[in-house]
Amino acid sequence: MATPTTAGDHDESKRDFLTLTAGGFAAVGAAVAVWPFIDSMNPSADVLALASIEVDISGIELGQRVTVKWRGKPVFIDRRTPEVIEKAREVKLGELPDPQTDADRVEKPEWLIMVGVCTHLGCIPKGQKPSEPHGEFGGWYCPCHGSHYDTSGRILKGPAPKNLIIPPYTFATDTKIKIG
Amino acid sequence: MAGENRTIDNKLLKWVDDRLPVVSQMQHEMYDYPTPRNLNYWWNFGSLAGFVLVIMIVTGIFLSMHYTAHTDHAFESVEHIMRNVNFGWLIRYIHMNGGSMFFIVVYIHIFRGMYYGSYKKPRELLWMIGVVILLLMMATAFMGYVLPWGQMSFWGATVITNLFSAIPVVGDQIVTLLWGGFAVDKPTLKRFFSLQYLLPFVLVGVIVLHVMALHKAHSNNPLGIDMKGPQDSIAFHPYYTIKDLFGIGVFLMVYAAFVFWAPNFMGHPDNYIPANPLVTPEHIVPEWYFLPFYAILRSIDFGFLFIPAKLLGVIAMFGSIGVLFDLPWLDTSPVRSAKFRPTYRIFFWVFLLDCVVLTFVGGNAPGDPVFSGVAWFKWIHLGQIATLYYFAHFLVVFPLLGYLEKTKPLPASISEPVLKGGGNAPAGAAAGAVKTAPMEKA
Repeated sequence: MATPTTAGDHDESKRDFLTLTAGGFAAVGAAVAVWPFIDSMNPSADVLALASIEVDISGIELGQRVTVKWRGKPVFIDRRTPEVIEKAREVKLGELPDPQTDADRVEKPEWLIMVGVCTHLGCIPKGQKPSEPHGEFGGWYCPCHGSHYDTSGRILKGPAPKNLIIPPYTFATDTKIKIG
Repeated sequence: MAGENRTIDNKLLKWVDDRLPVVSQMQHEMYDYPTPRNLNYWWNFGSLAGFVLVIMIVTGIFLSMHYTAHTDHAFESVEHIMRNVNFGWLIRYIHMNGGSMFFIVVYIHIFRGMYYGSYKKPRELLWMIGVVILLLMMATAFMGYVLPWGQMSFWGATVITNLFSAIPVVGDQIVTLLWGGFAVDKPTLKRFFSLQYLLPFVLVGVIVLHVMALHKAHSNNPLGIDMKGPQDSIAFHPYYTIKDLFGIGVFLMVYAAFVFWAPNFMGHPDNYIPANPLVTPEHIVPEWYFLPFYAILRSIDFGFLFIPAKLLGVIAMFGSIGVLFDLPWLDTSPVRSAKFRPTYRIFFWVFLLDCVVLTFVGGNAPGDPVFSGVAWFKWIHLGQIATLYYFAHFLVVFPLLGYLEKTKPLPASISEPVLKGGGNAPAGAAAGAVKTAPMEKA
C-alpha cells in the first residue's frame, strides 16, 4: 500500500538503508533501556556488602560440628578428631565420583569448612548434630534424595554429583576465620 | 480501506490466525484502521498516554520487587531502592516522574477533546469512559503517593480519606472501613499497596473499552466533521504509527530531562521525612495534578441550606469531575471543532486559564493574600471566583453558546480544503485515496 511514487531501485535501497539503521538503532536503544531493569534484580549493594563474615572458632571443641550462616546459606565447621581425619584419608580416590584428596579440602586438617548445601538439589544434609543420621560413611547424609558424604564432605553414594563445596576462607588468627 | 483483505504469507501464522484471528484483528485495528488524514500533533497524546501507562506498569512491577508495604519498613525500603538496588534510583525516578508525565499527557488529551468537540455524538460514551479512566488514574496516583510513607504520604492519605467523613450519617464508619482502624496505619498502607498494583490493570481493561469505542466511531479531527469516504482517510500504519513514534521520541526527551536533571522538581521535599502520625506538616499540598480539585474543595467555606460547608466542598470537588460526564449533553452546539466556533474558542482559553489559576490557588494557603499589597484579597477569594467560573463554564456557557453562537460554515469534507488547489492527492496517500481522487468535486 505505501508504494513510493518514484519506485526506482536507487530509491528503494535508500529506504532499506534507512529502515535498517533506524531498526538497528531502536534495537540498541531497547537493549540499553532493558538492562537497568534486569540488573535491578541482581544482588543489591547491601546484599553484596554482607558477602564475607568473620567467625570466632575458639569455642569449638574437638569433635564438635557448628553451623554458621554465610550469604544466606549454612556453612559447616567441623573440628575433626585424628580418627575422623584418618578415616577420610583412607578413602580411595578411585571410589569417589568427584575425586579430591582430603588434604585438598582443608587449610588445616583439624578444621573442615564447607558450604552445607547438598550439591544435588540444594537441601541441607544431616549430620551436624550427634543425634542426626551421618550416612553410611560417618560424614553427612542428605535426607531429600539420599546422598551420603564422607568425613571430608565428599560424595560417595547417592545422586549428588559433586563434593560439598569449600567456600573461600582464611585463618585471620588461630581462633578466627574469615569466610568469603 | 486499502489492503483490508491482505493475506498472511507465513503459513504457521496463517494456520494460527484461521483458528485464533489475532493477527488479522491487529491488522484490521492497527494497520488498516482508517484515520482522518488531517490529524494534528494534539492527536498524539492518546497513544502517548498508553505508552506512559506501559512505562508505569513495568517500572512499578520492578519497584514492587524491592518495596515493603509495612509502616516500619516502607520509607526504608524506598531508600533501599534509591541506594542499594542496582539502577533502583533510575527505576524509581522514572516511576515517580511518570505519574506527573501521565497527567500532563492526559490533561492535554482532555483539553484537545474539549477544543475539537471530540465528546459529541457519536462519541459520548467514548468520552465518558475517558472520564472513568481519569478517575482511576487519580485513585492510582493518590495511592501511589502514599506508598513511600513520607510526611506528605501520610497526611495526604489522612486528608483525602477524611473527605468521606463528610458523608452524612455513615461518614465516620466509612472512613474507619477505609482505614481498617482508627487512623491511617499499617492496614491502610497494605490495602493501598494491593489496590495500587491492581488498578493499573483495571485501567488497561477500561482503555481497551476506550479504544473499542474509538474504533467504532473513528477518530475526530481538527475540522470536527466526519470522514465521508476513502479520500478523507489514510491508513493508521505507517502514517500515524510513525507520527506517534516521533511524538514518543520528543516526549521521551522531556521526560528524560526531568528524570536525570530534576527528578524531584515535581515532588514535595517533605515526603523525604518519614511519616509521623503526631506531627502535621505546615502546608499539606497534594501532587500538582490534584491542585485544581484541591482548590475547589477548599474554596467552599460556606454551607448551603441544610448542607454544611464540609460536605458542600466535597460535593463540589467530586462534582468538578462529575460534570465532565454530562459534557456531551451540556454542550448544545451541533458544531464540534472550536475552529468554527469563534465564541467558544475564547471561552475555551478562558477555561484553560481558569484551571491554571485553580492550580495556583490549590498550591497556596487560603488565608494568604494573592498580591502582597492587597491584604483583603486572599487566595480563597480567587479560588471562589475560579470555582464559580469552572462550573459556570459547564453549566451556563456550554448550554447557552449552542443557541447564541454564530458558527462559521463547515467545509464539505476533510479532503476538500487539501485538494482544492487542483493538486493530486499527496504522494504518500493510500492507494484507495489516489484511485478515488477524480471523484472529488475539486
